[in-house]
Amino acid sequence: MDFLRPASWEEALAAKAEHPTAVPIAGGTDVMVEINFDHRRPEYLMDLGRIADLTEWEVGADSVRLGASVPYSRIMEHLRAELPGLALASHTVASPQIRNRGGVGGNLGTASPAGDAHPALLAAGAEVEAESVRGTRRIPIDAFYTGVKRNALEPDELIRAVHVRRAEGPQQFSKVGTRNAMVIAVCAFGLALHPGTRTVRTGIGSAAPTPIRATAAEEFLNAALEEGGFWDNGRVVTPSAAKQFADLCAAACNPIDDVRGTADYRRHAVGVMARRTLTWTWESYRGARHTTEGAA
Amino acid sequence: MRVNFTVNGRPQEADDVWEGESLLYVLRERMGLPGSKNACEQGECGSCTVRLDGVPVCSCLVAAGQAEGREVVTVEGLAEFAEDRAKDRAKDRAEGCATGACGSRGSGGSGAGASLDEARRRQAKGTDSQTGEGIELAPIQQAFIDAGAVQCGFCTPGLLVAADEMLERTPNPTDADIREALSGNLCRCTGYEKIMDAVRLAAARQSEEV
Repeated sequence: MDFLRPASWEEALAAKAEHPTAVPIAGGTDVMVEINFDHRRPEYLMDLGRIADLTEWEVGADSVRLGASVPYSRIMEHLRAELPGLALASHTVASPQIRNRGGVGGNLGTASPAGDAHPALLAAGAEVEAESVRGTRRIPIDAFYTGVKRNALEPDELIRAVHVRRAEGPQQFSKVGTRNAMVIAVCAFGLALHPGTRTVRTGIGSAAPTPIRATAAEEFLNAALEEGGFWDNGRVVTPSAAKQFADLCAAACNPIDDVRGTADYRRHAVGVMARRTLTWTWESYRGARHTTEGAA
Repeated sequence: MRVNFTVNGRPQEADDVWEGESLLYVLRERMGLPGSKNACEQGECGSCTVRLDGVPVCSCLVAAGQAEGREVVTVEGLAEFAEDRAKDRAKDRAEGCATGACGSRGSGGSGAGASLDEARRRQAKGTDSQTGEGIELAPIQQAFIDAGAVQCGFCTPGLLVAADEMLERTPNPTDADIREALSGNLCRCTGYEKIMDAVRLAAARQSEEV
C-alpha cells in the first residue's frame, strides 16, 4: 500500500488521474473500518486531510457550497438555519467522535443506502461537484446514486463539494433505530417544503438499494396542496391527504429483510415517518405564515 | 513510512509504519502509550478516544499518516493538559477577562485552533506526559475515582478524554449534555450512573473554582 498525501486539490486530482484505484480518505470513518477488518486493501490510500478548502463552506443566495470534508459537527453548529434538514440528519450520525471527523463527501463516496445525509440532500435538492483533471461537473443528487454502494463518479473523479439548496421553508428528518446514538438507520426519511415553488420533496434512506425520492407521493401531495389552496390559506393538511401521501411513500420503498429490520417493518415505518414529518413541517409552515401575517 | 506528530506536547516519530495502520496502533504498539484502548476498531465504542488538534476522535479511525504534523493528546497526557488549561484560565481571569475568550483558549467555535496553540506552548517535562505518573490527576480523573465510576476500567480512558473536552466546552452541563457528549463511549460493565455522577461532580468542582 502507498500513502498519497496531496498538499493541494490540484495535486489530489493529478494523483487520482495517475492512480484511479486510489481510495480517498478524509474522516476515515468508513475507510478505516474496512482496513481494520481486512475487508479492503487498497493499493493507494489518498489522504485529503491537507486540503484546507475541503473543510470550508460558502453560503450563497440560493445554495450552500459545502466542502466535501466539512465535519457533521460543523454542519450542526453553523448551518442549522440554511440547511435544517441536513443539520438534523447530521445530529443523528453515530457519536460526537464520528461527527467530528466524518462529512457529507464521505457519505456520498460510500453511497450506502443507509447514509444519514442522503434523505436530507434528496429532500432539499442538491448537486454533487465532482472534479477530475478533465474538468468539473455537477451531478444532480437524484442521478448520483446508481446502485448499492455505487455512485455516478468516474474512476478519476473526486468529490470536491456538494451544493445544497438553501431552505426556504421548514425541513425535517426522521430516523428509526434502537437508540439515539451509534445507530445505522433501520430506515430514515427526509422532507422539505419549498414554498417558493410550492413543492414538497422527500428522501428515503435504508429502504431501497439506493437512497430514493418518493416521486409519486410528492406529485400527489403537490397536486393536493395546490388544488385545496393550502399554500395560501394555510389550512391543516387533511388526514386523508396525509394518509395517501404516507401510503405512497411506503409504496416507493423497495426494502429487504436484514438484521436491522424486515422489509414490511421498513415500509410501515417509512409511512409513519412520512406522515409525521409532513405534519411537523406543515404546522411549522402555517405557524410562520401566521407570524408573518401578524407582523404585517 | 515514517510519521511525525506531537503526543502530549512532545514531538514523536515512528518508523516503518504500515500505510493502513491506525493512529491507535501507532500510539499503543510503537510509542508505548497503551492508555487508549483497542476494542471495536470501528468507532463504535469510544475506548480509543484521543484529541487530534483539540478535537475528540476515535484514534482507531485515523490513519497514522493523517496525524502527520498534528497534535495528539491521550489519556496519559490528560492531567498535564488539564493543568495547563487551568493555568491559562487563571491567567485570563487575573488579566480581567471573565469569559476566557480573550486568552489563548476560546470556549467555543475555534476550539481546535485554541488548543493547538496551547499544546504548542507545552514543554516536555520528564516522562510525566508519557506515563501520566508523578503529577496530580486531572479533575475529571479524580472525580471518576471519587464517584466510583471505574469498574473494569477499560472504557475509562476514552470516557475521561471525552468528558474532559465536554467540560471544557460546556462548563455547566445538563444531564442531557453529558449523555450526548458521552454517547459514543460504551461501558460494558454498564456503570453509566456512576459515570454520570463523576462528570456532575467534576462540573460542580470546576464551577466552585471559578
